Amino acid sequence: MHKLEFRPFDIEAIRKDFPIFTTDPPLAFLDNAASTQTPRPVVEAMDAYYDTYRSNIHRGIYRISEEATEQYERAREKVAQLINAPRSRQVIFTRNTTESINLVAYSWGSTNIGEGDEIVLTTMEHHSNLVPWQLLAQRTGATLRFVEITDEGLLDFTQLRDLLTEKTKLVAIGHVSNVLGTINPIQSIIDMAHAVDAKVIVDAAQSVPHFQVDVQQLDCDFLAFSGHKMCGPTGIGVLYGKSELLEEMPPFLGGGSMIRSVERDVSSYAELPAKFEAGTPSIAEAIGLGHAIDYITQANLAAIHVHEQELLKYAHQRLEQIEGITLYGPAPHQKMGVISFNMEGIHPHDVAGILDTHGVAVRAGHHCAQPLMKRLDVIATVRASLYLYNTIEDVDRLYEGLCRAQKLMTRRKIT
Amino acid sequence: MNIYQEELLDHYENPSNYGTLPRCTISHEEDNPLCGDQIRIDLLIEDDTVKEVRFCGHGCTISLAAASMLTEKIEGKSLDEVKQLSKDDILDMIGIPLGPVRLKCALLALKVLKAGAYGITAWPGEEDE
Ligand SMILES: Cc1ncc(COP(=O)(O)O)c(C=O)c1O
Repeated sequence: MHKLEFRPFDIEAIRKDFPIFTTDPPLAFLDNAASTQTPRPVVEAMDAYYDTYRSNIHRGIYRISEEATEQYERAREKVAQLINAPRSRQVIFTRNTTESINLVAYSWGSTNIGEGDEIVLTTMEHHSNLVPWQLLAQRTGATLRFVEITDEGLLDFTQLRDLLTEKTKLVAIGHVSNVLGTINPIQSIIDMAHAVDAKVIVDAAQSVPHFQVDVQQLDCDFLAFSGHKMCGPTGIGVLYGKSELLEEMPPFLGGGSMIRSVERDVSSYAELPAKFEAGTPSIAEAIGLGHAIDYITQANLAAIHVHEQELLKYAHQRLEQIEGITLYGPAPHQKMGVISFNMEGIHPHDVAGILDTHGVAVRAGHHCAQPLMKRLDVIATVRASLYLYNTIEDVDRLYEGLCRAQKLMTRRKIT
Repeated sequence: MNIYQEELLDHYENPSNYGTLPRCTISHEEDNPLCGDQIRIDLLIEDDTVKEVRFCGHGCTISLAAASMLTEKIEGKSLDEVKQLSKDDILDMIGIPLGPVRLKCALLALKVLKAGAYGITAWPGEEDE
């Protein structure tokens, strides 16, 4: 990992950058695993594009189009720096994590996966790192294998070791679970997968926003994440891939920008990264993501991590005091700032609904992880998830809201 | 206005017509895959009229309270009248504004009723979309 200096963390200054927190009392926004809030500098950077150099990229031979192209490519460099990609051309802009994973499933999958091949996943994958592989398996006759989780919400490593064989062509694994917060030991998993010559795609949607991820150190083959979970706008995501893989892969979507020359029946394709960026991309959003990266790196990812861990420990202490609560997933030191729970006898929707009336935003549902819900033997959970701008007061409001929910609901008969 | 007002909570606490009918004309069950709520409605139809109705299942306050209110409303009604019940009738019954997610909770019972009695599988309010 990079050495990161630790800077003091100025939560008051940070919160001032988010107009959504200026109400009294402020919104306790605890649905960050779904999508985060956007700070002023990110919105201003996108406004500047729309107000002063709005134009399409790559094609225009006039000043503002050159400016737009430059800013778009600068954003790509910022992404490359953030994840320590060797070259910025290995950073492909997509709409989100889901599209990044689908790109790999279609393009790499169509030429590298065949009948009898095995793709190893885990029970805790988000649907976006599961359904594309189901579709690929249906197209090719490959088989999906699942690493189970222990009752503590950790991967069963013994079973993982047994699953990896010469049949394994791909391991598709989430870095951090969006339901349990579990931090998977992907370095070991990547090493183990490479030992059997399998490639690894990391779903980093819940890790890159929260701590330093170094693709060269990990030696992962592909890595995917979304801008909207890291203070950036919606509509922009990233796929990182190793050069030799991306070079060999056929295009995913065909159209403008991704070609070198087009004849009636055949075309030749552009170099990376353009080969995978057909059509006009999300220009403002890419620029916004670049500034979001500036924002979280200035706030300091190491400091953000420490801040979230402190809040997480505090939240666990408080919530554990509530009678009839079940917390899912590992202990705080083995996970990120995600707390999934249920209150005995109260439907998760009702918990979230009552918290909403208390100014606390949490998510209730299956969190796009139905196989995991099944493994936990629940229909749904309530999930509170943290980010850099959350405070002790947010956690206290959550606690008070839950006590209120309990008072309101548990005297009642549950059918 | 608060979703968790007394009237809804009362229906949730003491639902009307909760249970099953051992002898019924129609019995239908569905769930809402978004949240796993599940409702079954049993109807005893005589002379094209709802003679008796029961519901059971599990779900949040809104879905169970809406089911309870709906069964009260349709008892003794003709099948034609029941068929006319719309999304807006349910919203009037609930009496509070609902967001799109909770709307599905509120409409689940009506959806089950219409699917069971008339084979209408669309969500109420989305029939002709
Ligand atoms: C672990 C994980 N993977 C993938 C995704 C999908 O991200 P997106 O909806 O931005 O494609 C999410 C977000 O919900 C996630 O938490």
